[in-house]
Amino acid sequence: MSTNGSSQGPLWEVFTQEKSGAPHEHAGSVHAPDAELALQNARDVYSRRNEACSIWVVPSEFITATAPADQDAFFDPSNDKIYRFPQHYSTPRGVKDL
Amino acid sequence: MTVVNDSDTPEQLEAFQARIDAGETIEPKDWMPAQYRKQLVRMISQHAHSEIVGMLPEGNWLTRAPSLRRKKILLAKIQDEGGHGLYLYCAAETLGVDRTELIDQLHAGKAKYSQIFNYPSLNWADIGVIGWLVDGAAIVNQTMLAKTSYGPYSRAMIRICKEENFHKKQGYELLAQMMEGTKDQQAMVQDAVNRWWWPSLMMFGPSDKDSPNSKVLLKWKVKRKTNDELRQRFINMTVPQANAIGVKLPDPDLQFDEKTKNWNFGEINWDEFWAVVKGHGPCNVERLEARRAAHDEGRWVREAAEAYAEKHSGIKKAA
Ligand SMILES: [Fe+2]
Ligand SMILES: [Fe+2]
Repeated sequence: MSTNGSSQGPLWEVFTQEKSGAPHEHAGSVHAPDAELALQNARDVYSRRNEACSIWVVPSEFITATAPADQDAFFDPSNDKIYRFPQHYSTPRGVKDL
Repeated sequence: MTVVNDSDTPEQLEAFQARIDAGETIEPKDWMPAQYRKQLVRMISQHAHSEIVGMLPEGNWLTRAPSLRRKKILLAKIQDEGGHGLYLYCAAETLGVDRTELIDQLHAGKAKYSQIFNYPSLNWADIGVIGWLVDGAAIVNQTMLAKTSYGPYSRAMIRICKEENFHKKQGYELLAQMMEGTKDQQAMVQDAVNRWWWPSLMMFGPSDKDSPNSKVLLKWKVKRKTNDELRQRFINMTVPQANAIGVKLPDPDLQFDEKTKNWNFGEINWDEFWAVVKGHGPCNVERLEARRAAHDEGRWVREAAEAYAEKHSGIKKAA
């Protein structure tokens, strides 16, 4: 992502946590000249109704993502390992709390 | 309009359509037809512009709200609309366009926004009618768009829809209260409804037969319903609401059809619609001037923030 060559500042990705204990989830993005203002903008844009009790902002350019084209190959290693799931195993009849 | 773009191969288009048909969501880095991208940039940027231009007719009444409660409500609603603009500009940027460019196009008079915001807000009841009818119509459209095939647009719409109900309800409550007031207050409501009813119906855009983009947008599930379907849905839900507060909708042809369960309505003045879209509405010039002035007057804030950030980063590096 670029700074768009104007005074709107670079792009920041915003992650909000709805309540304590919950994970931070991607909410969207904002433009801001620095981290402090990015946090304030993120609050004004993504939490006008108590949607967040904590906010992270990250410069978009620092995010590395998987490429959609390689998705199948990339996630392939987990596709054929059904033995990682408990349903894969049979249990003798009558055994409980296993 | 041709759907096939030179750079898009038939195989790519077919694979894309298969994803759409399977109900998959398209994300920014996924392959998409050039026309899909182009149509989305057009729609999302027009939508974003509408949100921020839409702040203007309501801003007109901020200093004249009749009570502190109404003033706070109006302020919060207008702030929401600014937020909606921001969600949407961000969604547009995921398609590789620059928000600054989009705003420059708006200020240069080269971009479209909803024709509805080129009408004036003449009396206090207009604020109620804007919430009830204009936001009401927008909700019908946006609820449909929440299921659009493009992920960032859909997510922005879901967020927006959550906030819009407050906009509609505060407007309707305002009107219901005025309708219980003096004769003069009731007349103000009726006057506002008379002026806003038809332009609100035009918000759904031209009739399906005159809407050249509709077919391909439906095929790609960018839109899930046609303009006419959405307009009918809006009318069907609005007529009983008008009756409930005793305001008359200015259409002598409005009649319930027992067979279709629809409210039939009169002919929309499409000449007026096209005139306003092409820049000849009552407030087109005023709106753009206000937008440009807001942008120019905010320049020093942006520059100060930038200078502060620069200075600050220098200090950090030196430490
Ligand atoms: Fe809005
Ligand atoms: Fe709204």
